[in-house]
Amino acid sequence: MDLTLKVWRQDGPGAPGSMETHDVRDISPDMSFLEMLDIVNDRLVVEGKEPIAFEHDCREGICGSCGMMINGQAHGPQLGTATCQLHMRKFNDGDTIVVEPWRATAFPVVRDLVVNRSALDAIIAAGGYISAPTGSAPDANLTLIPKPVADMAMDAAACIGCGACVAACPNSAAQLFTAAKVAHLNALPQGQPERWTRTERMVEEMERWFGSCTNHGECHEACPKEISLDFIAYMNRDYRKAKVKNRGLVSQTG
Amino acid sequence: MILDAHIPEGPIAEKWDNHKFSMKLVAPHNRRRFDVIVVGSGLAGAAAAATLGELGYNVKCFTYHDSPRRAHSIAAQGGINAAKNYKADGDSVHRLFYDTIKGGDYRAREGNVYRLAQLSVDIIDQCTAQGVPFAREYGGLLDNRSFGGAQVSRTFYARGQTGQQLLLGAYSALMRQVDAGTVELHPRSELLDVVEVDGQIAGIVTRHLHTGEVNSWSAHAVVLATGGYGNVFYLSTNAKASNATAIWRAHRKGALFANPCYTQIHPTCIPASDEFQSKLTLMSESLRNDGRVWVPQKMDDTRSPDQIPEAERDYFLERRYPAFGNLVPRDVASRALKTEVDAGRGVGPLKNGVYLDFAAAIGRLGKATIEERYGNLIEMYERITDEDPYKVPMRIYPAVHYTMGGLWVDYNLQTTIPGLFAGGEANFSDHGANRLGASALMQGLADGYFVLPATVGNYLADKLAQAPVPTNHPAFQAAEADVRDRVHKFLSTGGTKPVDHFHRELGKIMWDNCGMARSTATLEKALSEIPALRSEFEKDVRVLGSGETLNQSLEKVGRVADFFELAELMCKDALHREESCGGHFRVEHQTEDGEAQRDDDNFAYVGAWQFTGDTANPALHKEPLEFENVHLAQRSYK
Repeated sequence: MDLTLKVWRQDGPGAPGSMETHDVRDISPDMSFLEMLDIVNDRLVVEGKEPIAFEHDCREGICGSCGMMINGQAHGPQLGTATCQLHMRKFNDGDTIVVEPWRATAFPVVRDLVVNRSALDAIIAAGGYISAPTGSAPDANLTLIPKPVADMAMDAAACIGCGACVAACPNSAAQLFTAAKVAHLNALPQGQPERWTRTERMVEEMERWFGSCTNHGECHEACPKEISLDFIAYMNRDYRKAKVKNRGLVSQTG
Repeated sequence: MILDAHIPEGPIAEKWDNHKFSMKLVAPHNRRRFDVIVVGSGLAGAAAAATLGELGYNVKCFTYHDSPRRAHSIAAQGGINAAKNYKADGDSVHRLFYDTIKGGDYRAREGNVYRLAQLSVDIIDQCTAQGVPFAREYGGLLDNRSFGGAQVSRTFYARGQTGQQLLLGAYSALMRQVDAGTVELHPRSELLDVVEVDGQIAGIVTRHLHTGEVNSWSAHAVVLATGGYGNVFYLSTNAKASNATAIWRAHRKGALFANPCYTQIHPTCIPASDEFQSKLTLMSESLRNDGRVWVPQKMDDTRSPDQIPEAERDYFLERRYPAFGNLVPRDVASRALKTEVDAGRGVGPLKNGVYLDFAAAIGRLGKATIEERYGNLIEMYERITDEDPYKVPMRIYPAVHYTMGGLWVDYNLQTTIPGLFAGGEANFSDHGANRLGASALMQGLADGYFVLPATVGNYLADKLAQAPVPTNHPAFQAAEADVRDRVHKFLSTGGTKPVDHFHRELGKIMWDNCGMARSTATLEKALSEIPALRSEFEKDVRVLGSGETLNQSLEKVGRVADFFELAELMCKDALHREESCGGHFRVEHQTEDGEAQRDDDNFAYVGAWQFTGDTANPALHKEPLEFENVHLAQRSYK
């Protein structure tokens, strides 16, 4: 396949950036999108030009490192697929492909296609856990968890933290990311003691960094793990309850 | 050098309990006076950092990723073993211990492995309490499945993404400590040297990957949990950034490197499709619970699989190993696959695979059950190959997956540098010459949650009045200068070829000569080719850009330079070990039916190598392995 690649180049945070065009020849349709970029980079190095910086690691769609806007879509055209799992057979010979970094104020560009997503870690640090000091746990089978509940928690926990939901959102909101963790932990019996403080803290930390959700649903479309929008509704419900329950004495009454 | 593993006295079942009682403690109010560095944030690193922070130590956790959650533990698919015996099918701590020793082809330490089997039980409790969504049965109890090398169901799992869920559990525990202020997180910081002063660990030197800033960090103790070195082969199931630099730098500073030649080749990976392939993708061993492995009986059979009648298929694992069938251990399965493909019965366009077929299981259980068990793996296969495993059998072939070798550690997981510890895949301790499936997650978490927090404390207890070595100490300054020199050297080489070119070539040498089958001839060939390629690399590699910005070629070149040195040591180790055991298969040493032939009289030891300054002449030290609780036997899965 022969392609025209238009790719965002930016030397560093705050530096001006621009689109750069490359003619890319002899690409096999069986290559992954990132293998195509590997080849472009090796050719650039041989020509004496600096390679395109992009984030990637496991290349199995699970570490959440990779992610770029491909023709305006987060992770490209294939539903439920991270960039590393996207293959060139999804494109046509002669196509022009436009590649840009995630665009969101909370994700400043570090270089080329690499952005800083540490705001997502800040949300997890604000209560995205169950306090279970090491060594203090009871036998695992003492807590029975109905299979549908365990399955729902797993559906939510499948989030890989790539940030595509934020990049796809017209408001750069992180509701889907946050809701996935809130729903995973709040659904489980082990997560109940911290349920209301967790929800309030995580939502408010999220709002420090990200825009507000207006229910566009673009996040779900872009999500490589197809996390359901229902979890956002779940989180909103828990947040409203939390605002009441966390108020002084009211919390004492359960 | 006498290698003392410090195995506690007493009956095997009491060693760890006795040791826990005899270890010294640090009182809660004194713990904040100690600084501990943890390098790596995978299962072992995140679990150790979280637990040490929770105990009250001042912890700094370093990772080269942007977030601790990206560590490659995340990609483990199938599950985690534990001797819970929830299925009442005959499992016990002793059986898990026995299976692991036997699976490792009698090349692991009894004491360490028994402790691992004991702790496996606590890991499941710990992870469940953290909210890890393990698979459940309809009654609400935890579910299990089987893995290779075992005749019981002891593997706990979270769909096909168990590693992800366990790592997210450890990551959340870590972020809880970050929130509490006991752990300081340093993402995007890569270890480039360790610093030793007066025969003890003093700290580490890192480079910030965004700014290029080189910094020294001192501590009373340092834990390396930086994973394995499978990427020496270029093509492996490891993540692209997984590397050996941290353990190799420690090795160069005096830590012995044990059993470097023990490499695990995993039988079920998607076969390579072309030369631009950047990595190989694993298909979980759990698939062998329900998938049947076969090849056509006829050589060069080009019929599509559905056109080949049952009578003309060879289910060779079931035929050769009736007792374990498709669930033989990885080393045995990999060699059997290689035998079929080498004999010309391989399938697929490049004839480089065998079939893994779900038709019988779909017929027996229905498509919905198979989808629930393996849905995400089957989707991943389909994305990569454009074939639908519900309709046509998967094609699989072995690939480098895990390295059993690593830094030599004693029972306390301490290396030969006092105060420097190694956990998880970075050490060599528990898997002998072959790791059983679903045991890597178990070992990483046992080391991180339970072993290191106790043994690091024992080490620190003696150091109460001592301040850490200040970072303006000449040893730190010298290490920083070395790091800057190396960066400068790579940037000013001015060659013509990209880093990946050399990495790919090195990988080819290693795969062809030190891969699934090794011989004196191939290893000697590799030992002459590696230094030649390395000198070409040193002259002709091209790294553009600067050291003061994000520069991914610069990150890579340092890692590949260390792989060159390690590759040579792996071949040396493989050459000296004149026997076959587990993943180390020397063609000169095999039984009549092609199985690995050990030589217990001469090689029942851990081979631990010392860096001498000359990569061509490392010094070998031996730690004899003593077996008091299992009887050494020819491994049989028939």
